[in-house]
Amino acid sequence: MREHTVLRVITKLLIAPIIIFALYVQFHGDYSPGGGFQAGVVFAAAIILYALIFGLAEARRAVSPDVLRITAALGVLLFAGTGVYAMLEGGNFLDYDYLAHDAIHGQQYGLLLVEFGVGLTVVSTITSIFYVFAGRGRRTNEHET
Amino acid sequence: MTTDIVLNIVLLSLMAITGLAIARLRNLFPVAMLTGLYSLLSASLFTLLDAVDVALTEAAVGAGVTTVLFLATFGLTRAREKPVARSRTVIGLVVTVLTGAALFYASLDMPHFGDRNTPVQDHPLRERYLSTVNEEIDVPNTVTAVLGSYRGYDTLGEVTVILTAGIGVLMLLGVAWRRPDKRKESDR
Amino acid sequence: MAEIADNFFGLFNYWVVIVLMMIGFYTVISHDNLVKKLIGLNLFQTAVFVFYISMGKIAGSTAPILMQGPGSEDVLYAHPLPQVLILTAIVVGVSTTALGLALVVRINEAYGSIEEDDVLAADFETQEAESETEAQRKARADARQAEAEADEEYDDGSEDPRSPEQRAADTDDKEPRS
Repeated sequence: MREHTVLRVITKLLIAPIIIFALYVQFHGDYSPGGGFQAGVVFAAAIILYALIFGLAEARRAVSPDVLRITAALGVLLFAGTGVYAMLEGGNFLDYDYLAHDAIHGQQYGLLLVEFGVGLTVVSTITSIFYVFAGRGRRTNEHET
Repeated sequence: MTTDIVLNIVLLSLMAITGLAIARLRNLFPVAMLTGLYSLLSASLFTLLDAVDVALTEAAVGAGVTTVLFLATFGLTRAREKPVARSRTVIGLVVTVLTGAALFYASLDMPHFGDRNTPVQDHPLRERYLSTVNEEIDVPNTVTAVLGSYRGYDTLGEVTVILTAGIGVLMLLGVAWRRPDKRKESDR
Repeated sequence: MAEIADNFFGLFNYWVVIVLMMIGFYTVISHDNLVKKLIGLNLFQTAVFVFYISMGKIAGSTAPILMQGPGSEDVLYAHPLPQVLILTAIVVGVSTTALGLALVVRINEAYGSIEEDDVLAADFETQEAESETEAQRKARADARQAEAEADEEYDDGSEDPRSPEQRAADTDDKEPRS
């Protein structure tokens, strides 16, 4: 993509706003349309855009697949961990009322944590899937040449 | 109100035309692009039908991720479909038309679109979710509140599903990555 | 006439959903290409989403994000529950599509084709070749078994190296050993 100057320049300008938008959608999911899934997919779209324009090797260096493997599991752990913590505090599994001093505050903390876990897993999974699909052809070509 | 109805009809008709084109085309790269268009049209339709969270998700997932995955697959396999045998097409059409007719006959019993007094809207859960969200959670976006708190188990299952899909794809296609320059060095 | 028009605008959404579902269904059952089948499945899924969301809409309603401030008590909201269900369904749909496409890539690498007929034919040939080799091996084992049984019948303990037929031929001429 070295000769497509317009694409490279526009991508460089756009990736930061896309990531900011993803974070906005994640943390404002309580007040406007949004939430974990939407934020995760938009963030993954930013990484995919970078990989498409600047090359897969560059993207892998920026967002390493080993880190992604860890964060994918970390998201689910955060979600289930919030539920278990609520159990330890005396409530049922995923009963957010017990997470703070007040039921309403507990619910809001619970929602924030849970949605963040969801967003983390979604980013990691979708980016890992894209890396694996895009890197497949390269590997078979290397074996053939 | 009338603009809503007109937009509704236009978007649905465009979706039907796109669906027909997807079924008929045999060159698969345009089919991937048309799938992206289909998702975008359905996202616009969801916005019109007041489902804004769903529209955001469908636009990002359908027009973003799925299109890229289909294009990557077509790059790894062939991008042209072989024609189907006549007999297979005819049997498929017959089955499809029969099923469609049965569904059409069943749809005549359905309450009209946008009606206020349907079994869906009269269910007490609707009032429960819309009115007690302020007292119990105090979060304006009811969809996020229901998704995260009232139906939290389902969301936990869904996150596990997407993690499992990621693990499955990594197991099927994920091999150690060899950097391109290392191979050239070993050749010398 | 007015009744038909009324029915038309009231049920138009559901009819188009049925048409879209049938297009997706037809693509899944009639096309051989595995990726085309997955695309048909996607069409079908999205049509079902439109169906659910259409059921949750009320004429004149707005998105189920509670408004605040004066005059916000009489606002009509759409039903939030179908939207929650469809949100989950979209994510599950993309998961199955990704996994299905990974399987198609592996099938293509193993069989060299993603048309269902070629894959089934290759499987059939492999199965026939394998059963043929099985039959040959079985026939050889049976023959060896029959020889072993035949040898055992004539074995009377003597250390005569001659075959059973030779022993029978010579017994007529010779005198019995003493």
